[in-house]
Amino acid sequence: MRIGTPKEVANGEARVAMTPDSAAQLQEIGYECMIESGAGLAARFSDQDYRDAGVEVVKTAAALWASADIVAKVRPPGDTEIKHMRKGQTVISFFYPGQNEKLLEAANSRGAHIIAMDMVPRISRAQKMDALSSMANIAGYRAVIEAGNTFGRFFTGQVTAAGKVPPAKVLVVGAGVAGLAAIGTATSLGARVYAFDVRPEVAEQIESMGAEFVFLDFAEDQTDGAATGGYAAPSSPEFREAQLARFRELAPDMDIVITTALIPGRDAPVLWTRDMVELQKAGSVIVDLAAERGGNCELTVADEKVISDNGVTIIGYTDFPSRMATQSSSLYATNIRHLMTDLTPGKNGAVVHNMDDDVIRGVTAAFEGRITFPPPPPRVQAIAARKPAAAPRELTLEEKRAAEVETFRKDTRFQVGVLVAGALVILAAGAWAPASFMQHLIVFVLACFVGFQVIWGVAHSLHTPLMAVTNAISSIIIVGALMQIGAGTWPVMILAALSVLMAGVNIFGGFMVTRRMLAMFRKS
Amino acid sequence: MEFGFTTAAYVVAAILFILSLGGLGNQESAKRAVWYGIAGMALAVVATLMGPGSGLWILSVILILIGGLGGMYVARRVQMTEMPQLVAAMHSLVGLAAVFVGFNAHIEIGRVADALNNAGIPFPLPDGGGDAAIAAVREIAKEFQGFAEVVAKKTVREIAILRVELVLGIWIGAVTFTGSVIAYGKLAGRVTSAAKKLPGGHGLNAGAALASVLCLIWYFSSGGLLPLVILTVAALFIGYHLIMGIGGADMPVVVSMLNSYSGWAAAAIGFSLGNDLLIVVGALVGSSGAILSYIMCKAMNRSFVSVILGGFGGASGPAMDVEGEMVATDAATVASRLKEASSVIIVPGYGMAVAQAQQAVSELTRRLRDAGKEVRFAIHPVAGRLPGHMNVLLAEARVPYDIVLEMDEINKDFPETDMVIVIGSNDIVNPAAQDDPNAPIAGMPVLEVWKAKDVIVSKRGQGTGYSGIENPLFFKENTRMLYGDAKDSVNEVLGLL
Repeated sequence: MRIGTPKEVANGEARVAMTPDSAAQLQEIGYECMIESGAGLAARFSDQDYRDAGVEVVKTAAALWASADIVAKVRPPGDTEIKHMRKGQTVISFFYPGQNEKLLEAANSRGAHIIAMDMVPRISRAQKMDALSSMANIAGYRAVIEAGNTFGRFFTGQVTAAGKVPPAKVLVVGAGVAGLAAIGTATSLGARVYAFDVRPEVAEQIESMGAEFVFLDFAEDQTDGAATGGYAAPSSPEFREAQLARFRELAPDMDIVITTALIPGRDAPVLWTRDMVELQKAGSVIVDLAAERGGNCELTVADEKVISDNGVTIIGYTDFPSRMATQSSSLYATNIRHLMTDLTPGKNGAVVHNMDDDVIRGVTAAFEGRITFPPPPPRVQAIAARKPAAAPRELTLEEKRAAEVETFRKDTRFQVGVLVAGALVILAAGAWAPASFMQHLIVFVLACFVGFQVIWGVAHSLHTPLMAVTNAISSIIIVGALMQIGAGTWPVMILAALSVLMAGVNIFGGFMVTRRMLAMFRKS
Repeated sequence: MEFGFTTAAYVVAAILFILSLGGLGNQESAKRAVWYGIAGMALAVVATLMGPGSGLWILSVILILIGGLGGMYVARRVQMTEMPQLVAAMHSLVGLAAVFVGFNAHIEIGRVADALNNAGIPFPLPDGGGDAAIAAVREIAKEFQGFAEVVAKKTVREIAILRVELVLGIWIGAVTFTGSVIAYGKLAGRVTSAAKKLPGGHGLNAGAALASVLCLIWYFSSGGLLPLVILTVAALFIGYHLIMGIGGADMPVVVSMLNSYSGWAAAAIGFSLGNDLLIVVGALVGSSGAILSYIMCKAMNRSFVSVILGGFGGASGPAMDVEGEMVATDAATVASRLKEASSVIIVPGYGMAVAQAQQAVSELTRRLRDAGKEVRFAIHPVAGRLPGHMNVLLAEARVPYDIVLEMDEINKDFPETDMVIVIGSNDIVNPAAQDDPNAPIAGMPVLEVWKAKDVIVSKRGQGTGYSGIENPLFFKENTRMLYGDAKDSVNEVLGLL
């Protein structure tokens, strides 16, 4: 089948859904690849690059749409593109079917199968095609870079001959993929990073990235992120108040604020209000990654960089991934390639649209003339729900001591019992059995004791050599056979001779193999 | 030579044997300890040959040498993966020798009785018999050598005890013999390793045991050969049927148990021959095997009886539902993850031995260590088919022993580990043992591999482990399955590193 990528029609979109690398890999699983001339230019992939990778370069979008069985692109299709669609064609792109109902109906009426890259379920098997995450990762990184571009000071603290420079303080609100990427970038530039999230379970991830988790002194059963597929859920008004109060405390100190808070299917919550901006120092920078959905900051203007009355810059760009088009194109193209691999189980260039597969079902928004959005919840939970762990009760000192005394008593009772019983048995035997037997019995009992003491000290790793060596020495039975071999009668002699022979095998074999094994054990 | 000399030599030999076992406390002293054992054995044999009662010492030496050559041949040739079956085979020889020596003792008793009766002296001597009788016996006993001489002087009670000892020696020896032969067959793959029982199950074993007890009483009162033979046959059957009913993965317990039995058989024979060295060594070996069995059972959280009677008990309730799905991965992914990991723990199991993957694993270890990564091995006590089996295999593949750790030493380190590679083990890494009170293996101590960041499971297919239960580890978020033969998989990863 043929897979094609047109030039993005949206204004300012620099990304492209197919790179020469991804095309090469798509060809490996049996697809023919096509690209519209100039589609990769903004992401710095020339038509020649594509040709070298075996991709057919098509002059116009119309020609590409007409001949491709599968069209992969980045942004949701525009009106003209909808008109190009035909029955049975598969279109892969970001689609946001929840917000774009009309677009979805229009595409469906053309009979095309729509695969929405923003609908990849958050399960580990699907991570490799999770385009939202890979784009968010870039956005987080770019947010810090944009902030640094505007910010008039160093990130890292320095003591120089010309004076001491304090480190920049960065606050990241919302520790999703973008937030964590921003934390990582900012810490590696040397800033002191603080981060906040409504999901307490991400505190560990935040700290692992080198940032400090901003704790909120608020007693409420916060929603476990696992219940919402790993995304944040709306919080209660009281919680919101406590959160804003905490931000107000932090605002005067923070040089850079990066907000990434989004709730699926809703407008972005306002978390950085006008009065907080007014509390900030002149020259501070706010980067609002939620600008497309209304913004986390009250003053954000989507797609623009504005400066507040008190000199705080607020960046509301919505095209961070597109600003790093080479990087984001290669990640997005890889996501698409992974999706195609899942759609092509036979690696023969034929799509098998298996609607029983959780991932494929999840991303499909329209299929065979039916709108299949929203998908049923995936059978696999994104993140294992945390079980409320009942903390084991700490024992008090007295209880511990009582328990110790109790075990000691129990052990003593047991040991004394065994000793008394053993002594009684031996005494009873002694009362009847002759002295010669008792002598041997004493030797036997003592030997058992010695054996138990000695064997407990043997290292676990030497248990096999131990078995081999005990094997060899249990052939001591040869002594008995040697005493009988000269007894004079034939049957006795033959049996004894056989015993001697077998014991001989065992003695030599056992010791030799033990030595062989022990010689192998070496220290590093 | 004087009798006193032999006894002195026996004392020295016994001490050497004790030191030889005690020296196995660590790898370095063990290399010396094995020489103590060899010296002890040589001393015991030489002293017996020179001591009273032995004859035909040239024949004896020749037989020992022939046997020795056979033993050396086997010891040189054996593969380390075949250690379990070798050990089992050697147990069977000890068991059979015990049976032979026991029968000999019986024949000797008969011979002495005949001789004394011909001389008109009652045999055995009545308890506290008259001096005249004892003097007469002494006179005749001179004609006998060694064991017979001792027997001739025995009183009624002593003969009674002797018979019990003899029966015990033969019985344990016979059980050890067939048991070990079957264990050998199972370990070598010549007998099906599944648990098999004849119709009648444990009833047959109980019947054979009852028959043995009846024969003991019969022999005790009559002293005839027939009850002894019946008893031996019953014991041979018990050994066969008991071990047939035990599955392959319980073999560590079985082999240790047989090890223990071979010791007790030697001790019982020692009692009947009145030989203290046999008693001491038998007791040492017997307790050693008993402790090993105990350790193995503890590691599986099962009672000794339940292992010996075979099979896992039924689950006490519905098993917990396993959530998630098994996610397969490929060698390339594993290699790239390994490159990123800084600490790696490898958990080998019987599957590694079956696939002969230890050399490849060792090579992997060497490469990773050269790249500055921390690589360690975690060994569960019942991994493999013999106590300590994995350690020996890794040692053979030149993995240094100081990076091979026991379960208790390493379990706490899993949360800080980047990557765990599970090669051919299943039940010993099953989290159900801790999470699911209804699982048949509930409460068994396991290696907590799932706490590591990444877990790679190298496995042949999607089957279950020995206990036959699903392993939730395979369904965990951080687990990836690398399907295929362990050796091929590891080699493929090696090629990509």
